[in-house]
Formats: sequence, structure tokens, C-alpha cells
Amino acid sequence: MKIVGKNEEECILCGTCEAVCSEYYFKEDNREKSAIQVSEIDEDPGVDINVCNQCGECIRFCPVLALSRAKSGTVILNKKKCIACFNCVGACPTESMFYHEDAVNPFKCIACARCTKECPTEAIFMEEVEL
Amino acid sequence: MTISVEDVRTSRKVLAEMDYTPAKIDKGYAGQSLYVNLSEARIEPKTVTQEMKDIFTGGKGFGLRYLWQAVTPDTKWNDPENEIVISAGPIGGITQYPGSGKSLVVTLSPTTGSVIDSNVGGYFGPYLKFSGWDALELQGKSDKDVVLYIDGDKGKVTLEEIELETGASHLISEVLTEAFAESEEDKQHISVVSTGSGADNTLIGMLNFSWYDPRRQVVRMKQAGRGGIGTVFRDKKLKALVVRFSGLTGKNNNPADFGKIQRAGVKIHREINKFDDVQCRMRQVGTANLMTVMNDYDLLPVMNFKYGSHPEGKKISTEVFISKFTQNVYDGCWYGCSMSCCKAVDGFELKTGPFKGEKVVVDGPEYENAAALGSNWGIFDPDFIIEANFYCDTYGIDTISTGTMVAFIMECYEKGILNKEITGGLELNFGNKEAAMELLHQLGQGKGFGKIAGLAIRRMKKVFAEEYGADSNFLQDIGMEAKGLEYSEYLSKESLAQQGGFGLANKGPQHDEAWLIFMDMVNNQIPTFEDKAEALHYFPMFRTWFGLQGLCKLPWNDIEPEGNKQLEEANKVPEHVQNYVDIYNGVTGKNIDKEELIRQSERVYNFQRVFNLRLGFGRREHDRVPYRSQGPVTAEEYESRQERYDGQLKELGFDIEGMSTEDKMKVMRKHREDMYEKLIDAVYLRRGWTNDGVPKLETLKALGIDFPEVVDVVKKHL
Ligand code: SF4
Ligand code: SF4
Ligand code: SF4
Repeated sequence: MKIVGKNEEECILCGTCEAVCSEYYFKEDNREKSAIQVSEIDEDPGVDINVCNQCGECIRFCPVLALSRAKSGTVILNKKKCIACFNCVGACPTESMFYHEDAVNPFKCIACARCTKECPTEAIFMEEVEL
Repeated sequence: MTISVEDVRTSRKVLAEMDYTPAKIDKGYAGQSLYVNLSEARIEPKTVTQEMKDIFTGGKGFGLRYLWQAVTPDTKWNDPENEIVISAGPIGGITQYPGSGKSLVVTLSPTTGSVIDSNVGGYFGPYLKFSGWDALELQGKSDKDVVLYIDGDKGKVTLEEIELETGASHLISEVLTEAFAESEEDKQHISVVSTGSGADNTLIGMLNFSWYDPRRQVVRMKQAGRGGIGTVFRDKKLKALVVRFSGLTGKNNNPADFGKIQRAGVKIHREINKFDDVQCRMRQVGTANLMTVMNDYDLLPVMNFKYGSHPEGKKISTEVFISKFTQNVYDGCWYGCSMSCCKAVDGFELKTGPFKGEKVVVDGPEYENAAALGSNWGIFDPDFIIEANFYCDTYGIDTISTGTMVAFIMECYEKGILNKEITGGLELNFGNKEAAMELLHQLGQGKGFGKIAGLAIRRMKKVFAEEYGADSNFLQDIGMEAKGLEYSEYLSKESLAQQGGFGLANKGPQHDEAWLIFMDMVNNQIPTFEDKAEALHYFPMFRTWFGLQGLCKLPWNDIEPEGNKQLEEANKVPEHVQNYVDIYNGVTGKNIDKEELIRQSERVYNFQRVFNLRLGFGRREHDRVPYRSQGPVTAEEYESRQERYDGQLKELGFDIEGMSTEDKMKVMRKHREDMYEKLIDAVYLRRGWTNDGVPKLETLKALGIDFPEVVDVVKKHL
């Protein structure tokens, strides 16, 4: 299964990935609407890259079975089924299921690879992991 | 006993119908309510007035308002003008905050003769609202069994005759869900309200509210249990209510500020995810997490509330129920409840009764059920409890009343007040599982001694005294009912505040108004009468608010945020109170604070007290409690906790040297009963009531509920 891999030491907090993601999925440049979010933190290495690792923990918390694994292994959210309860947001161990008041449903990384292609430093990249 | 979906579909015969355009929900309100007269097969919409929203808020408030208008001071529970009102409240139906899908049910109770209200999960209330109706009023009586169907998708209400030849509520829910759903996917959009044969045969019938569980692929049910609402339902010849609504998005309330609700929701979801496993473990075992704690603190009712613990209690401990419940699944009774306490036992094979040998999914047992149908009968067998729970539910009888009244019967049996001749051969000693289960089936099927048991404790006391010559004072002492309602399952003997919590509750002794035992007895946080009175004002008012809004109480304090314990008002869980203020404002666009929240409740709470008065109750004499709830009635109880009781007497300055147990019990009783009276004085004062428990005119005025019709009632008692 492919996930967005990360090397936080390389990240220069340029915000390109956030812009790419939110532009593509929300048609606006707004980091709060990106499924990958980078931020400065006090602990080493000074940067946190928050992006879904496709662990699947959220799936069992969804009351309407709107979350599932696609054939590729990626965890996907079916907006038609989702009733916007945000239980998945609360359940995600890494807080990588995002939400925004303009959006009824939460959103997450679906490993589309768009952001990784634009990252100037290879702080993020596509990685193959065992399911 | 099986009924086929095909039979249901082909037997539908429409008696009345109404087409409508579902109202668009505006900030939590549809602005319309649905009135159905069963005598006349008449269906009508009503407008929800601004006064309704401003004064009565919603949910239970709407139920009380409509019921008040429907009945007279002389109305009895089985008169046609009695109504069953179901309403969800303005917050009801949001999916972002845990515990936001409750329906509130109000009617005149067969056992108390006064107003009863019940707060229940399942999808009915929210779907009703999203189908365009803030409340449903059911009045009159049909002459044949009927089903009411509300199709919120098509905008159609029909009153129908449907052949449903079963008295098993779980089958009714199942078959109606299948028959009305257009596909497997559509089952989630259906909710059924129904009851079972026990509601035809007893006064403690309840209502099951269903939802479809897509993981287990079964219909599940939650209960509007207290006070015989199911009995009223069957008296009206209602067989079921069905609602269908498929358009759930999470924003159906059309809230004023979605972000506010979303933020509060995410915050508490994260809290639950982080702390539930180390706090209450609601997600693993639901309210049955209390089993071990209650037994440890001598609070678990054992053998008709004689004792608070039992060495065999470990056989029905929290851990035992964890092992019975299916783990790691979403178990909310409405969408989005991250607290997910509605645990279930899957694939349970029944050993008795009409479904013997069948494998079923059993909802619960919750704490109340495990205590009521287990320890209170001197039975410490989890499988017995699960089976009894299943049958209570499908027969449509209240587990709490069943538990408390059978416990009463068992004590009467052991005392020789009842014998095998009277019970038709049942040896109803504490701990006799076969006899207890047989009595449960008799209750459900209206057979044998079940017909007397089904009258509930207040009426049984009369029968036992008049027909079997029992000492009515003794029956009054051990019969755990007040106002005609059976006690819920906590021992209040050592907590004066909780004695008041039970005794002063508007509908009768149910713990949903106040649960103060730990605060009072264990942590000693409310030592004076004034402290207790303040707690008996604040908490009942605060908790009433859940019933106005369509909310569940559990996510308020069965999860606590980090650092809550260190706060001065930790018992109130201030951060969660603020969440409630936020989600209310987020839905309605208003700008209330935590004080106005309490005032919303005070209006409805006082209105309910006046409603009781109007029906001939609601005064000090009606707040009396059985002595079993206050202290040891028998020598065996006293002597079982002799050290504790002797110590207390010494502390009070009694010289107990040479006193017999009887003498000690006498002085203890005098003291405890005096304390209770003093407590009541303090609470009435704090609530703005007279010494007879009547709300003062200035109290009504300050709350804005001094309508002429309300003042008229009160004036007679001032
Ligand atoms: S959103 Fe969170 S819980 Fe869900 S798969 Fe991604 S990392 Fe795991
Ligand atoms: S927000 Fe949607 S996807 Fe997430 S748990 Fe709720 S219904 Fe499922
Ligand atoms: S906490 Fe339990 S009873 Fe309350 S809403 Fe959630 S699942 Fe239902």
C-alpha cells in the first residue's frame, strides 16, 4: 500500500504541499483545508508533518460504514454515506483526519501523490508499506 | 410466532392519510407538530407557537405543554383524552456531539396516575423532526390495532391496519423495518416504536424505539421504560409507529453556527477516545461499568434493597459483562455517539420461553437491568440476567419496575405474606432462578400470578393487605415505590441527599433527576442541609435540560476532561456545561449562558410540579418515601451492618449499651426520618416552594410561567 512518507528533517515549512492539496480538493489555497498540514513544533526536529498513514483505526468508529479500504489499501471516506459526526476525527491516533466549518464532512489524505510531486526538498514522498 | 414481510406488505389497509410538505427545519425547530386522534382516525398538523419555544423549549417541555392542554384534572391514564407525546427537542438530531438523538415521551402514567416522562435512544425522535414534526401527539383510542406511518421522504402520514399477530416487540420492529425499507441500505432510515404483550397484561408496559445496526445487520432497540407508557400505548390500540427519513446529512437542523457545534464535538470525541478506557469504560461495557463499584461501595441493591453488596457480586462484576459484550464496535443509539454505550451480547442462545433455542442479539444489560434482574433478586448469574433482559424488552415491560417489584414479591414470599398457593406454585425465594424466570414469562403473557404482579407495587400492597392480611405498615416500609413508581437501582440508605433525589423527583424515584450518592456519602462534599438543598436544586434542573433538548445525560459526566477533578465545581463538569451552552447557541443562534440554561429547566420543572398538583398530587405528602430507602427496616439488615449503625448512634450521642436491636432501630429511624423532613424543608425553600411543596406565585412569576391556568391550580393550595 502506498502512503505519504515523511522526513521531517528535510521540511522547510514552505507550505507547498498544503497549497497543492487544498487547491485540488477545495479549490482554494488554505492550509486549514489541506489533508496534509505542516507546522513548527518545539521538539526535535522542529517540524511536524501531519498526514494520514492509512492505519485504518478510524474505520471501526464510523456509525454508517462510510470509511473503508479501497483495493489499493488506502482508507477512503464515502461522502454520500457520511453523516458528519466527526467520530473518525476524534478516533484518529495522529489527528490526521481533518475538518473545517465550511465543509460538512471531514477529509483525509487519499495518497494521491500530488503534494509529494511538488515538495521542493523531498520531505514528503510516496512510500510502499505493508498493510 | 414468525410473521412474514410479505404478509405485512399485503395486509396494509389505510384508514386515514395526510399528504404534507415537510417543513424546512430552522435552527433546530420544524415549527410544526403532528396531531393524531385515534378515536376518529384524524391526522392534523399544528403550528408550534413562539410561546412553546420560548417557555417550554422542546422535548419534554413540549410533551408537558401538549399533555396539559389535552387533559383535565380528572383524566385517568386510560381515558381517551390522555395523550402520548413524543418530541426530540431543538438540539436533538445533531450528529456532531455525542448523545444527541434522544426522544422524550410524556403521558399520564397508569402506576402513578400523574405525569411520567422518559428519555430514550433510537432514531425515532430525530427522524420525526427531520420529517417535519417537532412533536407527535397521540390522542384517543382506536377500536382495532393500528400502525402509524410517517414517511418523511414522501411527505405522507398514514394510519393503517396491519396484521401483526405477535406480542414480541423485537419481531414487530424487525418485520416493520424490513417491510417499510425499500432496500437493505434503506433500513437505516427506518425507526419503529413498539411494545409487546407485557404491555397488554401489566401496568408497567414500556416502549421500544428501534434503529438498524448496519454492522450486525439487525434491528436494535432502546427503551422508554418508566411509568407504563407502553401500557397506555396498547390501551390506545397502537401496535407500532414507523418513521422513515433518508436524507440525513449532519446539518438537518439547519444550525445557526455549524462550526461551533463541530468544534465542541471534536473536542469531546477526542476526550472520550483518550480517557474513556481509563475512566468509565463506557465503550467497553456501557453503564454496567458500575457493577463492581456499586458492590464495593455497598450501593448495589441486593434482595429488595436490604443490602448493598454481596460476596457473590463478583459473579456479575464489570469484568464479567465486558467478556459477554462484543468489543470494538460502534454502539451508539444515535449517529455520532462516540460514547457508544449501547453494548450488545451477540448470538445469545435463549434457554426458556417462547423463543427457547433461538440465537438472538440482546441489547444491554445496562447497569440498572443487571441490578434489577440480578442482585436485587439475589441472583448472581450473568446469563440469567441477559435472558431476563431480552424477555423484558420483547414483552415490552420495564426492567427497573420488573426488578424492583419482583424483589418486593420475593421478600413477601420469604416473610410468609405470600405462599405457594397464592403464587400458583412458584417458590419465589430470593435466588430462585426458575421461579423468577417463570414469573417474568407470566408477566409478559398475562398468566397466573403474573396478573397480580403486573399491577406494580402500590396496588400489590393493597391486595396483599386486603386479601392476604399483610401488615400494611410493613408493606409500606419494604415496598420500594414512591408516587406509585418503583425505585431505580441504587441503595440510598446512607445518603440523605440521594433519599431526597429519589423522593423529590417529579415523576417518582428515578435517578435521572439527581444522583448524589458519591458527592454526599463517599466524598462528603455537601455536608450541610443547605449544601444538599443547593445540590437538589442545581442537579435536577441541570439534568432536566437534557430532556428539553433531546440529549443523553451520559456524555456530560461519564467522561471528564483533563484536570476536571482539580476544579472547585468538579461535580458540574464546567467545561462540558460550556459545551452544552455552545451547541445550544450553535443550533438555535441564541446567546444563552449557563444561568439561562438552568432557567429553561426551572420553567419546565416547576410547570411539571404544578401539573402534578393539578392532578391531585405534587404536595409534601407525595414526596414521602418508604423507610427501606432511608434505613434498616428489619433486624437482619441492622445486624448485617451493626458496626456502622452502632457507630452512627454513638456519634449522635446515644448510649447504646444494653439496647436491643429493636430499640436501636427505633431511635435510628426517628433520627433518619427527622433528617429527611429537614432536608425537604431546605429543598422547598431553595426551590421557591411553600412548606407544603407548592411553587409560590412569585416563583412562577419570576420564571414567566404564571399563566392564569397555572396560577389557578396553585392558588388552591396556598
Ligand atoms: S485518518 Fe487517522 S485513523 Fe484514519 S487511516 Fe488515517 S491515520 Fe489512520
Ligand atoms: S464523520 Fe463521516 S466518515 Fe467520519 S465517522 Fe462520521 S460518518 Fe463516518
Ligand atoms: S451515551 Fe449511550 S445512551 Fe447515551 S446517546 Fe450515547 S450510546 Fe446512547
